[in-house]
Amino acid sequence: MAPLATPPVAKDHRALRFLTAGSVDDGKSTLIGRLLYDSRAILADQLDTLEKKAAGAPIDLSLLTDGLEAEREQGITIDVAYRYFATKQRKFIIADAPGHEQYTRNMVTAAAGSDAAVVLVDITKLDTTVKPVKLLPQTRRHALLAHLLRVPSIVFAVNKLDAVDNPGEAFAAVRDALLDFAERAGITVAEIIPVSALRGDNVTQPLQADWYDGPSLLQLLERLPPTQERKDGDLLLPVQYVAREGEGTGNQPRTLWGRIAHGRVKAGDSVQLFPSGQTAVVAEVRLAGEVVDVVEAGQSAGVVLDRQLDVSRGDWIATPKAIHEANRFSATLAWLDTEPAAIGRKYWVRHGNRWVQARITGIESTLDIHTLEAREAHQLHVNEIGTVTVETQQPLPVEAYESNRIGGSLIIVDPASNRTSGALLVKSAG
Amino acid sequence: MNAPLTIQQLLPELDHTHLDWLEEEAIFILRETVAAFERPALLFSGGKDSCVVLRLAEKAFKSKQADGSYKGRLPFPLLHVDTGHNFPEVIEFRDRRVAEMGERLVVGHLEDSIKRGTVRLSHPLESRNGHQTVALLEAIEEHRFDVLMGGARRDEEKARAKERIFSHRDSFGQWQPKEQRPELWTLFNTRIKPGEHMRAFPISNWTELDVWLYIARENIPLPSLYFAHPREVIRRKGLLVPLTEVTPAEPGESIETAQVRFRTVGDMTCTCPVESPAASATDIVAETLKVTISERGATRMDDRTSDASMERRKKEGYF
Repeated sequence: MAPLATPPVAKDHRALRFLTAGSVDDGKSTLIGRLLYDSRAILADQLDTLEKKAAGAPIDLSLLTDGLEAEREQGITIDVAYRYFATKQRKFIIADAPGHEQYTRNMVTAAAGSDAAVVLVDITKLDTTVKPVKLLPQTRRHALLAHLLRVPSIVFAVNKLDAVDNPGEAFAAVRDALLDFAERAGITVAEIIPVSALRGDNVTQPLQADWYDGPSLLQLLERLPPTQERKDGDLLLPVQYVAREGEGTGNQPRTLWGRIAHGRVKAGDSVQLFPSGQTAVVAEVRLAGEVVDVVEAGQSAGVVLDRQLDVSRGDWIATPKAIHEANRFSATLAWLDTEPAAIGRKYWVRHGNRWVQARITGIESTLDIHTLEAREAHQLHVNEIGTVTVETQQPLPVEAYESNRIGGSLIIVDPASNRTSGALLVKSAG
Repeated sequence: MNAPLTIQQLLPELDHTHLDWLEEEAIFILRETVAAFERPALLFSGGKDSCVVLRLAEKAFKSKQADGSYKGRLPFPLLHVDTGHNFPEVIEFRDRRVAEMGERLVVGHLEDSIKRGTVRLSHPLESRNGHQTVALLEAIEEHRFDVLMGGARRDEEKARAKERIFSHRDSFGQWQPKEQRPELWTLFNTRIKPGEHMRAFPISNWTELDVWLYIARENIPLPSLYFAHPREVIRRKGLLVPLTEVTPAEPGESIETAQVRFRTVGDMTCTCPVESPAASATDIVAETLKVTISERGATRMDDRTSDASMERRKKEGYF
């Protein structure tokens, strides 16, 4: 890794959303506190509260993030907290995810919306004299979850380097172990960065050490790309909301609103509706309250068709013949409910804007996060990740999650409790 | 007067596509709310955050005219909980905006809850801010609203930082922070049982600075209270307490006139202004860039009582 001659500037000024993950006490809260503190996002009254608590000792930056009473009581992070800060080059949204295994569902929540994941590794918990270094289960679990959810950039931050005798050697050993694990799991690593969140080394200020010439964590975050939508290829638009102009007769033009999953659309394009299969020509496209020339992936677009067709929320608008429907598919399932996943039971699933009934017809395997091997399984318990087959009551235009997040993601909801029980990531249809 | 500064002059390093992105996300959430529920309402207090949400709702549901105004009607009413201790400028602004836009306004009066006996004040000048919850939940029940959209932001406070975009409330109107539903991608789980409701927060990801940048960019009208004006105040415990009939001077305190503006407008009994010469939204953007005290720290008396005061009130159903 070559030293950075000039600070890189992100080409896209959208906020970068990243999550922080890692085991309990790996220093996530301190790292976030440090990022906020060093980038001057902490205001005087908030600092004042911390200084009073510290009573003369150095302030505890981790106290900035735990916002719930139960978290302060127990000294752990239960739920995702969102934090905001900006540098001269970029705005950031941090999803501070909990480390406890029992709160994996919240880690999945944080990962589903993130452009990058920073997985913390506490070097003091590892024996770096025995090679290869054995990583902690939560490091593997969080990296795997981020990878499964296709968080575009995965970064490891090796923390507490101030607390080891020979940081250069220890870092190199952990780095090798992380690279080896990532390679076996098929994870592409954006960067492995040494830090001391407590002291602030290499967080916002570059590390002064002869054994490291890479970027600081903040320098890296400033140049990571935000998630890119696929603007090329076929159109896929889930209808979110049907708006009628004015009130009364029912014959007014209707605008079909939805966020475009991929592709682009303009007036004159031919489209096909799903599930009806009817075709139409686009008369007009809109963005917010205005008619525009073209709308594309990532935008909440309004489409007005040249004829009155029966279209409602949950339907899809697509390039003709582009939709491939299926009512059986294979998927990765991250189970988030304390009640285990039951084969044969009816659940609700949401795909795009459509709710349909579905059942898990088979559980093929669960992922052993220690060996990274698929183990045969018949049940899926809370916080487990498995491969399942799903059958839906109506066909859905599912796509592989790997190629499209919107077409390939579903949530599964328990009809008795209305709890969101799992996240489904489509592997393949049929 | 000098020509107003543009956002680019104030923050040359950022090109502000992030504002477009925040706007896009908020409009998406507003449409989702209206599509997924039967009886939505928008919390509108006349405060800056709800004025921003109101503009976003116009963009989501109306069409823009050549003169820049928006044609049509929102597919939901606006709801305001009037504590009886609101600043008169804000109530006047609220009614004027609603009339100009031709929208429907539903007002829940805390006074009515006091008359009904569902709210008991411990003393007549007690802060009514916390009691709003009762009047709010009564209004939800009376009008059978199943979702309330609001302008809460996660940067406001630690408990708010934890809240989902779609936040479930049980049949007592309560928030259960440990039982929050995972929020995956934008596949919001909006399923509720009868008697329960949801809160939807389209500007969750905005900061105070984003709100002011957007107000400046979109020229959003606000109550006069937000801009610098002379006001009679009392200096008390590091805050500037506005002199009103419900916040009189205590013995030994002196009254002075200061040039102030409000960073947030709430109940008169607990909302304080800050000293400022900022007379326009762009002035306020410039000032917010330099500010060193959080919005609530500078302006709210009731959040200072304990680290968890907001969380406790939210669990009871506070917005």
